[in-house]
Amino acid sequence: MKIPKIILAASLAVAPVLTNAQQLDITITNLTQGIYFTPFIVAGHDANTRIFQVGQAASTELQALAEGGDISGVSAMLTGAGAVVSENPAGGLLAPAGSTSLTIDTGTQEYLSLSSMLLPTNDAFAGIDSWKIPSTPGVYWINVNAYDAGTEANDEIVNGGGMPGVPGIPAAPGMDAGTNATGVTTTETNQTVHIHRGNLGDDDLTGGKSDVDNRVHRWLNPVIRVRVEVLDQTL
Amino acid sequence: MTKLIMRCLLVAAVGIISACSSDNNNNQNTGTGGVVTPPPIQTKLFNVEFTNLTNAQPLSPVALVLHTEGQLWQLNQASSDALELLAEAGDNSAILAEDFVQDSVSGEGVVMPGVTRALAIEAPTSGDAYLSLATMLVNTNDAFTGFTRMDVSNMATNESVTLSIAAYDSGTEANSEAAGSIPGPADGGEGYNSVRDDVDFVARHPGVVTADDGLTTSVLNESHRFDNPVIRVTVLRIR
Repeated sequence: MKIPKIILAASLAVAPVLTNAQQLDITITNLTQGIYFTPFIVAGHDANTRIFQVGQAASTELQALAEGGDISGVSAMLTGAGAVVSENPAGGLLAPAGSTSLTIDTGTQEYLSLSSMLLPTNDAFAGIDSWKIPSTPGVYWINVNAYDAGTEANDEIVNGGGMPGVPGIPAAPGMDAGTNATGVTTTETNQTVHIHRGNLGDDDLTGGKSDVDNRVHRWLNPVIRVRVEVLDQTL
Repeated sequence: MTKLIMRCLLVAAVGIISACSSDNNNNQNTGTGGVVTPPPIQTKLFNVEFTNLTNAQPLSPVALVLHTEGQLWQLNQASSDALELLAEAGDNSAILAEDFVQDSVSGEGVVMPGVTRALAIEAPTSGDAYLSLATMLVNTNDAFTGFTRMDVSNMATNESVTLSIAAYDSGTEANSEAAGSIPGPADGGEGYNSVRDDVDFVARHPGVVTADDGLTTSVLNESHRFDNPVIRVTVLRIR
């Protein structure tokens, strides 16, 4: 697909020097009313590289992202696989109704993926797994679902526990969660990446099973909308 | 025999442990002089791969059918008796036997959460060809998922379509979640009952409430809740 472009460029006297560039202008919007997103990781990569796959166990790198919002491991994995990576476009958390934008040159990489953890949850993350980057310039919209990494029981106790393997929810950034919950569950039925069933929550902010507020910390899919503008590299 | 061998190879290729079905033996036509003529023109072959995306909703044995007319359900219309049987009891036998079905395949056993399986089905080389797939979320009263009347007649070899699909409610049984009303392992209760005590039309499923979320008479717990999509399906034409 690149060869005709190069020939075309060579035939134009004022044509810019074409490299194997593919610039994407991306805007990420939080569709929820009460969920915060940890720093996003966005990557252009090849067909053999995945941040996650449904029905497969999460990698340890994804576990760190989904349980604690730590994208460093996923970033290293992607970089090691030759991916083009953009980190933390929002410069921190993406609040309800918030948007953040970035520009990424995915070069010759054919696929786009992104991911971020939902707070307050135990191990929920939103993600795009290997969206084929179109060759036709234009604006594309992607609705993004919330997944459960399957690595931690959804006890819904806000205790600061964000390290992989440590129970609990690291934080409720809206400062609107409860305390002293006894825990919703200690088991995780589906230990592969799957669609998140949602927080259970309760309406007892000083006790009950859950520290999550069942009137606030809810969502239905999709939780993120992504606008991708594929720029015309021949202009 | 070619068809049968191809199906066996495909099944092996996608990692399904099963015996090769023998429901599609070709008649070996005997030509003049007793010479066996070659098999007829090959059919199109589709591989349908599906993943259970839920946390704790096993899926009943999948019904995968090929047809040239009809459909398994219509949104906002009353469920067929065959769909009711599948959606309430996880029994796909009536769907596989629908009058308008040309060819059918049943999945082998329940598809547990997180599990991916695949089935192969053939279609004629020309003319209309629709695929439909249906399966029950067994820890519910009458939730099912799948697709119906997917036009695959113009799919090219090696072309694939991936769908993320929501849960539907057959509308044939009230979502009581009561003990004795759910056939899955959460209850072990009744499956099919011909009485229609619900809205009597097919719609998107509103989700389960469960005892943990305040329905005190529910046998379900928070683990059984689900959000959409509940399955991912990839249809690939491999021949």
